[in-house]
Amino acid sequence: MTQEVGQRMLMAGNNAIARGAYEAGVYFASGYPGTPSTEILEVLSQHREIKAQWSANEKVAFDEAMGVAMSGKRALCSMKYVGLNVAADSFMVFPFAGTIGGFVVISADDPGMYSSQNEQDNRYFARLAEIPMIEPSDPQEAKDYLKLAYEISEKFSTPVLFRTSMRVSHSKGMVTLGERVKVGDSTSFVKDVPNWVVPIFAKSLKAKLDAKFAAITDYVETYEYNRIEKGTGKIGVITSGASYTYTKEILPEASVLKLAITYPLPKQMIIDFCAQYDKVYIIEELDSFIEDQIRVWGVTNLSGKDIFPRTGEFSPDILAKCLFNEQPMQDFSNEFNIISRPPQLCPGCPHRGAYLALKKSGALVTGDIGCYTLGSLPPLGAMHTSFAMGTSIGNAFGFELGGISKVAAVIGDATFIHGGIPSLIDIVYNGGNTTVVILDNSTTGMTGHQEHPATGQTLQGKEVPKLDLVNLVKALGVKHVQVADPFDQKAMYQAIKDALEHEGPSVVITNRPCIFARGEKQRPKTPYVIDIDKCTQCGACQRIGCPGVLPGEQAAIDDVSCTGCSLCAQACKFDAINLKGE
Amino acid sequence: MKILMTGNEAIARGVYEYGVSVATAYPGTPSTEILENIVKYPEVYCQWSPNEKVAMEVGVGAAIAGARAIVTMKMVGVNVAADPLFTVAYTGTRAGLVLVSADDPGMHSSQNEQDNRLYAAFAKIPLLEPSNSQEAKDMVGMAMEISEAFDTPVMLRITTRIAHSQSLVEQKEPMERLAKPFERNQRKYVMLPAHGRARRLIVEERMQKLANFSETVAVNYMEMNDTNIGIITSGISYQYVREALPQASILKLGLTNPLPSGLIKEFAAKVSKLYVVEELEPYMEKEIRLLGLDVSGKELFPPYGELSVRMISEKITGRNGIPIAKPFDAPIRPPVMCPGCPHRGLFFTLKQLKLVVSGDIGCYTLGTMAPLEAMDTCICMGASISGALGMEKAHPEMAEKMVAVIGDSTFLHSGVTGLMDVVYNGGHTTTIILDNSITAMTGHQENPSTGKTLMGQPAPQVDFVALCKALGVKRITEVDPFDVERVKEVIKTEIAASEPSVIITKRPCALIIKNTEKPLQVQDCTGCKMCLKLGCPALSFDEENETVQVDQALCTGCGLCMNVCKFDALRKAGDA
Amino acid sequence: MSKIINILLVGVGGQGTILASKILTNVALAQGYEVKMSEIHGMAQRGGSVVTQVRIGEDVHSPVIEPGEADYMVAFEQLEAYRWSHFLKKDGVLIVNTQKIVPLPVLIGAATYPENILVELKGRVEHFINLDGLKLASEAGNVKATNVVLMGVLSKYMDFPEDAWKNALVAGIPAKLLDLNMKAFASGVAEVK
Repeated sequence: MTQEVGQRMLMAGNNAIARGAYEAGVYFASGYPGTPSTEILEVLSQHREIKAQWSANEKVAFDEAMGVAMSGKRALCSMKYVGLNVAADSFMVFPFAGTIGGFVVISADDPGMYSSQNEQDNRYFARLAEIPMIEPSDPQEAKDYLKLAYEISEKFSTPVLFRTSMRVSHSKGMVTLGERVKVGDSTSFVKDVPNWVVPIFAKSLKAKLDAKFAAITDYVETYEYNRIEKGTGKIGVITSGASYTYTKEILPEASVLKLAITYPLPKQMIIDFCAQYDKVYIIEELDSFIEDQIRVWGVTNLSGKDIFPRTGEFSPDILAKCLFNEQPMQDFSNEFNIISRPPQLCPGCPHRGAYLALKKSGALVTGDIGCYTLGSLPPLGAMHTSFAMGTSIGNAFGFELGGISKVAAVIGDATFIHGGIPSLIDIVYNGGNTTVVILDNSTTGMTGHQEHPATGQTLQGKEVPKLDLVNLVKALGVKHVQVADPFDQKAMYQAIKDALEHEGPSVVITNRPCIFARGEKQRPKTPYVIDIDKCTQCGACQRIGCPGVLPGEQAAIDDVSCTGCSLCAQACKFDAINLKGE
Repeated sequence: MKILMTGNEAIARGVYEYGVSVATAYPGTPSTEILENIVKYPEVYCQWSPNEKVAMEVGVGAAIAGARAIVTMKMVGVNVAADPLFTVAYTGTRAGLVLVSADDPGMHSSQNEQDNRLYAAFAKIPLLEPSNSQEAKDMVGMAMEISEAFDTPVMLRITTRIAHSQSLVEQKEPMERLAKPFERNQRKYVMLPAHGRARRLIVEERMQKLANFSETVAVNYMEMNDTNIGIITSGISYQYVREALPQASILKLGLTNPLPSGLIKEFAAKVSKLYVVEELEPYMEKEIRLLGLDVSGKELFPPYGELSVRMISEKITGRNGIPIAKPFDAPIRPPVMCPGCPHRGLFFTLKQLKLVVSGDIGCYTLGTMAPLEAMDTCICMGASISGALGMEKAHPEMAEKMVAVIGDSTFLHSGVTGLMDVVYNGGHTTTIILDNSITAMTGHQENPSTGKTLMGQPAPQVDFVALCKALGVKRITEVDPFDVERVKEVIKTEIAASEPSVIITKRPCALIIKNTEKPLQVQDCTGCKMCLKLGCPALSFDEENETVQVDQALCTGCGLCMNVCKFDALRKAGDA
Repeated sequence: MSKIINILLVGVGGQGTILASKILTNVALAQGYEVKMSEIHGMAQRGGSVVTQVRIGEDVHSPVIEPGEADYMVAFEQLEAYRWSHFLKKDGVLIVNTQKIVPLPVLIGAATYPENILVELKGRVEHFINLDGLKLASEAGNVKATNVVLMGVLSKYMDFPEDAWKNALVAGIPAKLLDLNMKAFASGVAEVK
């Protein structure tokens, strides 16, 4: 779709953020896929003026962006909010040094945990690191505020945290396009050891950071994008982000102090605002981050977490219930028994083959984050723990140390690259017996099939040599390494059995691509079909949990979704399932 | 019987006494000695992990399996371990899991001054803070109990003063080391969004229960005295307050997340003027103000650096102490690379070649100091390689004038993914891995490349050449850093190459080998002072006689100065 | 002893300040006192300054000694005595080992080692004694016993019985080195008239 300056179009928040980066003259953007941030980099990468790349993990992405910013060019680092945990070490130290080129890190939060493992409120990270934070409430602001973030970053020589949420990133709204700022061919890296070599000069840099933050706090006091929308009546509201949009729906007559910069807060502006009203509502999702700061200043006519929830997303209905005790207009949910529709592994997913074999082995399976996390759900139920990126391998070793004998860790190719390598080094070094199954499906699946160092292509389409996982694992000192075909159940099971029985660390690597990996969709597939004469209706093929095997007394295969992986055929003891046409 | 112990030794003793089975860590001042002391108790399994994230994960696994586990790190290590921490806070474990965060107010050995009490609040886990070594030991046991009773990881937070100060500790017999039987529970341990949403509500309930518990727990108590002044305090600050204001009433807090709001209000009502004395962030102060109480804290005390008895006394009483003499202006005594350090030759060469050096954390960071002055950036563990890639992306011509330098332990900690990224994303960076076979700066700990574990077992050694090859780097060269000429040639060749390259300097740390070389001798020195540019503490210049002198006690005979001398004035003993 | 005695040991990494502090604290503990001690030993091995703070009393809280509060300061090296002298009380005792260990900035010509340290210190401090600890230790048998020589000097100024010190040496030093260290201790004692 062509985009012309001045054009007004419907855009998702993430696309608007990407456009904002383009218009701000960003030179380099890095990140790691993570919902709800993934599209930012995918869309950005379409602009050839910008060097955009997926990095091995968020810390590496952050460090690279730091290098660009220290060299004088504008850099962007984008991630979902837990990614900031991964980048935390760099994030907590970089503010001490400050930046030359503008540096913005995007944290895309997920209130309501639609696609995440926890609900941490990343606004605290701004406070921890002592840097300013800006929050848009819709796609137009997402674009505009990203540009403002660069201005603030360069004005104060500080990284800026750009905080968005699922609702803003994935909603669509009207956006007017602007021009790209001219990117100067600025000076190269300027040596400044007492600034850039932080550990040695940290003491003096801390004083500088505090002074800088005091200056930012002064600046924010009169920041034009923190604005008051005067209403009628005696109620005031202080809000930001998506909550602002709900507020306008539910309290159209209230006076609203809309915050763009949500850390630091404009203290005097807020105190003056609160003094004008009988009651001021603080409407913010998750923790009482804004509310607490205001209460500490001695303001008492506030209402916030005493009535609004600390968990989950808000919505106009939720606010109405909390404010006016309004019930929703219609609610049938009590009358119908609505079955849930959880996500599931696709027909033809190679992970299914690995899990069937693991289940047969009876091992305790520590898991990780990706499509394969779905292996924990019924009917497979073959993964027993999952926390955060890369934790599976360390956990498995921990279980072994805690006395459990048969343990296997399951981890995807991208996840392994992200954070599994030091764990594997640990097991070799500290003499563990752990079995690690790397599910290599040649893509970063769950987040939408992005490339990574072992797929052979970069984000911007360059063909590169693939990182060879077998060689890597061997180079890390693992002696027992086996590649296994998850679509060959006998071989897969044998590989896992051998690995579990082997004394010492062992790695099994599966080798079938995701059905959506680059080039796979186009590959012609022959579906399987059930011969109802031979079929005894035992139900074994249905128990593998493939959506392509239809339920009911007489099983049948949906030949549109079947990709011909053969797992159901292998589950059948009566030779009743064969390729169509055989 | 009471014996003198540092806080770290006391925590190690607590690990032994309170039935902990597994202890993991990555070295980091001021926490390192905890694990080094746990080794004394063979009943406890302990290990160094390549980084704090792995250490945390291994601890989580053990605790879920049913064995009490403790994970220790310096405060920036919690940054590295943050991802698993935030989620295990939701799931809880089966047996107790304790995270020791050793903070460093005053930045004696750190790159920032972050206040990790904020992490405990952020992650929604309980927080314990000891004020001396006895409490440090006792709180290991208490933390384990709280962890099991409330199904949550617990942060035990100490600071440098607690970790490295010695005070008296009463030792006890150890309790039995039990392993609870493991129970599968996917709803609890598989954090799919659906499961996570349910656990989220449990987290809120748990914090409520802990808030009640905090009101009556033994480690939060009042010491009532003169009620004109009431001070709320915790950690080492408690000791300073007791000494500065022996008459004041004190609310001493040991469990500081969640804070006991009822107890705080009760205390505030009993005293005329309320103060809060805490180092770094106004963490408790903010909570106290939220209760509607008027309190003086950061208006008097700085949010950075350590506090002191004198400062507290002066600020609260308003009376100045006895005037202190003005200190003399003594030349500084910065830490330096030891005589014989293999890193010295490399940095000397990098300076001669006038390269930009993207650096990292370890003894080799000292390459920044005069006269070597050969490191340009150093931010955090592992940033050297990826930072260099970023600089190259900003200015492609920099690739020919820049190197990244990283130590063996740092590389395994968080450099591998950076190198992989250079290959994948088409960088030309030259990375120099300084392999001195040890994790040196923190006090010479073993790591996956040294061949030995913490507990003294032989272990496989990571083969850096094979690893870098497997990551896709084709140009890999090993050099002896004492062979300065060859090092220079190799660096020149590699930075000119338009593909990624790795140079591995291989020489063990001077302090871990048995040195058999004799000190060097000087003869016919021309006074050019070239060797002084190495910054070796064994070399000095005698201005009167215009000759370099070699300190015979310090010189290890490494020969580096001999290699740079163009006049053959430095000789090995016996070669005169 | 109703108050707290503060002793500061200052030197350069590798000079044995830690063993010295162990002997000192053993003496105090054996006499039934409470002891708290602080060390920032981060840069000890890399030739940086090392400061050990020992506090002895009946009820000790802070482990830190503040400027102007040290009753005794034992300096294992001249420049370090110079650097930390403002920690001494007006009527405190300063014991200085005259050894000079030149820091790197001086070695490379970026700074100069102050010339008249001993004279300046003597002018500032009421109770001052300096000695060539290296020489005395070498005469006793090994330069590495300099730290014990200095403890001998300190023992003459403090109120603990000499036997207590000797017992602490026996407890803290391996048997085969005891003889040499006892000699070193005695030569330190002898320095104080």
